[in-house]
Amino acid sequence: MNMNLQLLNEVTAFIWAEADMLDHSEYREWLNLWNEKGVYIIPIDPNLTDYENNLNYAYDDNHMRTLRVERLENGEAISTAPKANTVRSVSRVRLVQDQDDEIVLRCAQNLREFRKENLKHYTADITYHLTRDATTGFKINRKIINLVNSTDTLAGISYIL
Amino acid sequence: MTQDIFKRTIDMNSIIPTHNIGIDYDALVQSDRAHTSLYKDERIFDEEMEKIFYSTWVWVAHASEIPEGGSYKTINIGKQPVVVVRDRKKKVHVLLNRCRHRAATVCEHKKGKTNSFVCPYHGWSYALDGSLRGVPSPESYGDCLDKSELPLVSLRVEEYNGMIFASFKEDIQPLEEFLGPAKKWIDLFMKQGAGYPIKVLGEHRFRFPGNWKIQLENTTDAYHFPLVHKSFLSSVDEKTEELFNFENQPGFVEDLGNGHSVMVMIPELVDLDEELMERPIQERFEDLAQALRDEGHEELEVRRIVRAVGGSGFNLNLFPNIACSMAFFRVLQPISVAETEIHHSVITMDGGPQIANQYRLRLHEHFQGPFGFGTPDDSEAWERVQHGANAGNDLWIMLNRGLPGEVKTEDGLKSDVSAETGMRAAYQQWKKMMTA
Repeated sequence: MNMNLQLLNEVTAFIWAEADMLDHSEYREWLNLWNEKGVYIIPIDPNLTDYENNLNYAYDDNHMRTLRVERLENGEAISTAPKANTVRSVSRVRLVQDQDDEIVLRCAQNLREFRKENLKHYTADITYHLTRDATTGFKINRKIINLVNSTDTLAGISYIL
Repeated sequence: MTQDIFKRTIDMNSIIPTHNIGIDYDALVQSDRAHTSLYKDERIFDEEMEKIFYSTWVWVAHASEIPEGGSYKTINIGKQPVVVVRDRKKKVHVLLNRCRHRAATVCEHKKGKTNSFVCPYHGWSYALDGSLRGVPSPESYGDCLDKSELPLVSLRVEEYNGMIFASFKEDIQPLEEFLGPAKKWIDLFMKQGAGYPIKVLGEHRFRFPGNWKIQLENTTDAYHFPLVHKSFLSSVDEKTEELFNFENQPGFVEDLGNGHSVMVMIPELVDLDEELMERPIQERFEDLAQALRDEGHEELEVRRIVRAVGGSGFNLNLFPNIACSMAFFRVLQPISVAETEIHHSVITMDGGPQIANQYRLRLHEHFQGPFGFGTPDDSEAWERVQHGANAGNDLWIMLNRGLPGEVKTEDGLKSDVSAETGMRAAYQQWKKMMTA
């Protein structure tokens, strides 16, 4: 297997930094990681990949991402007070594609959430579509979060996966 | 008087097994309040399954979820799993999801299409109407197995305007009679197809740790909206925020009989076909309107579609488990006394403009579901109700808001938009069924 280890290292460092920002509520910095036209998607049915024409848990364009960050920061939502503490591990990173100025990679994310009296666990397969960027290294074009239990019943999630 | 009733229950609890002792439901629901035990007594929950969910019409599907012969979905009625399936002659059957041999479910998929249901345990196979077609190696049964005696158990099914309901009871009133004045509200709700058939395209499913009646109440509760959904209101444009300011509009809640009620929050969005050309297009839909014009739609059509995309201005609460709620179906599924599952089904226009349906999908995602800007806050409030109900065993859930202003109407009783008239309607029906 011929692997571009340098690129793998670079994108891994990038998504680790992203994970750390989300766990530490550095949402403004997180918004800066995105391309203006980028979309953040949490699908329901993993078989339906025409996300725009199907129902998702989230289909956030730039406007919705900004609103979501405001919702998490402004303290108006009772589901964010008290706020959930999260720690996520990102691993099993694999470069799937590197062509036409877009890098596609897949990884595994295990996230633990603690809020009030409950410890919860969300496991997801995440696909990133990245472009190269002079200042941040990369920008996110697409982030697709396929929760392993996406077709099951979930409880309220008031943070960013 | 009320305290004595509760003491009696407590005393009996501590002395002898209580499962054979009748609960005085008449005393637990009064005209302006319901007793806290309705949220947390397991015996009450078990009896609700029998006396409500297995004794009335329960919503199981919208016709668009099973469009063709062989299309099916699975759902629970109360705690019993059923399959809702359309046969080749297009007739809908609601079948208990239980093989007549040794009880295994015959279908574990949420939805799909099939020619038959085959039990995976010993291979008994059933036709779409539930009849038992084949049994592997039948010789061992000799003549002691009559296949005609062992079909999947089929429930009574009736449909109104695409809404499919089932019942375990053969002797209750027809569905249309049960719906009564709610029928005209169902008809109004379906106008959000904008002339296209309504199609359920998917759903958000989530659970919260609380009793099912907490959610039943919420669909007819405008009082909570400005507070619980402050964060949602902050995320929409000013005009939309104004539209969602129900207190400043002449809305109302009306008891429609049999536990059903309607809450009109935005009166100008009751009849979506009204004054299409006269009223301005909402600011948030101007881009959509222009896109539709660019696709070549006539102005009247543009306005009909745009109006429909925003949804209806009312919540129709149908006792016990379904609501036509502004722009989606809310399905309620009791799991246990302190856990409830909710489905929020998104509605689209079947064959309608793709861009308009995308707007509907995005609006649904904005508010609904575990990751929406609305549902997690509702869920948090309901969870707190269940948690708080652990305190004060002798206290009551107060349902007296809007009582002084309540007036009689042709269909029932009516009061202001934030009145608890709809909850009172539901609890009176609850009492009627539990004491029957």
